[in-house]
Amino acid sequence: MIPLGLLLVAGVSSGIYLSPEGSQVDIARQQPVPFSHQRHVQGNGIDCRYCHSTVETSSFAGIPATETCMTCHSQVLTDQPMFDPVHESWRTGEPIAWTRVHDLPDFVYFNHSVHVAQGVGCSTCHGRVDEMKLTHKEHTLRMGWCLKCHTNPEKFIRPRDQVFNMEYEAPGRKEQHALGSRLIEEYNIKVGQLQNCSICHR
Amino acid sequence: MIRRNRLNATRRTVQQATRLAAGLALVGILGGCHWDMWDDARLKPYEKSDFFADGLSSRMVVPGTVPYLESRVDDHYYAGKIDGEFAKILPAQIELNGGLLKRGQDRFMVFCSPCHDAQGTGNGMVVQRGFPAPPSYHIDRLREVPIGYFYDVMTNGFGRMYSYATRIDPQDRWAIASYLRVLQLSQNATPDVLPADQLEAIKEHAHNPQEPAEDEGQTTNEH
Repeated sequence: MIPLGLLLVAGVSSGIYLSPEGSQVDIARQQPVPFSHQRHVQGNGIDCRYCHSTVETSSFAGIPATETCMTCHSQVLTDQPMFDPVHESWRTGEPIAWTRVHDLPDFVYFNHSVHVAQGVGCSTCHGRVDEMKLTHKEHTLRMGWCLKCHTNPEKFIRPRDQVFNMEYEAPGRKEQHALGSRLIEEYNIKVGQLQNCSICHR
Repeated sequence: MIRRNRLNATRRTVQQATRLAAGLALVGILGGCHWDMWDDARLKPYEKSDFFADGLSSRMVVPGTVPYLESRVDDHYYAGKIDGEFAKILPAQIELNGGLLKRGQDRFMVFCSPCHDAQGTGNGMVVQRGFPAPPSYHIDRLREVPIGYFYDVMTNGFGRMYSYATRIDPQDRWAIASYLRVLQLSQNATPDVLPADQLEAIKEHAHNPQEPAEDEGQTTNEH
């Protein structure tokens, strides 16, 4: 009975760990405003960097200030009740409290600017955000998942000028291997270092 | 004897299974419990903090103070003005070359094209969604303004256009202002401004339109 009970606990807890609830994959988070990336990116062709404007220069991609929302929404769709939190924030100076969708543990020191500069596309980690009506996490962002690329970056690297192209499709396996290997050389990516603990953990 | 051995073997198997299951359960439980180091005292950008009364972890600049290395006394570079007038030339820090114009095009496509569109006629997607149309860059008034005027509009906003000072740094604002001159030329050029070889290439293309024209150094909408 005891081993069976313990097995049950083990099964349930690892089940929770592997489930969407455990990894938060595919679960759209509740937000103060039902912001649609699909509408902004696919519908209006707005570049990722218009709002996430520090993604090329900082570890943090940047959550847009209310000022960025208001740049257009001071004029566009101003009468929609769903914008109330935005207008309230603009009036009071109180920031909008968005819920983080990609929340890495504090012992991971992830840097967006490095990845973007080395040819890791937005969609490689975030999926087709341009198709998301409500934003969800596409991948677990767990260490084992990160290591897939940190072990074999040639399978994922794309040309720098394609990093922000959400519709980019990697070539076939062989072609990607050749392309990735060439880009690793060109971008001077030191693959041997990518698995050092201190690359991500300080 | 045989029976007892079998019994012992069974007991051992049960014991091993118990240990294994306990181990697995422990791993599972510990794997699921990660409040200890996942949220440590360090604050991520924009993370809420109860240290200050307003709940912000990043502080605003104290009124009357200047951030380190941000004194911005160079009016030409930081305000686009010389002696209070819009500058007609680029500041000394900016070198006009192909790299600057490419950078300007890249930033223009990200930050300006949503309203001004890729050609700068003022009919971007946001305008099509209801934002009042900005003027085209290809009107006489804007063809004649000094380059410092464009820098000033990006820095301080104009009419319904908000300031982009927090989103585009001065270096890039000058790159965009320089690229606007490229856009203006692109819509208002006469054949005599082209070098002879490029003129030839275009003439040839006009005669054989099925062959792709050479687009060396030309602008595209891809980025």
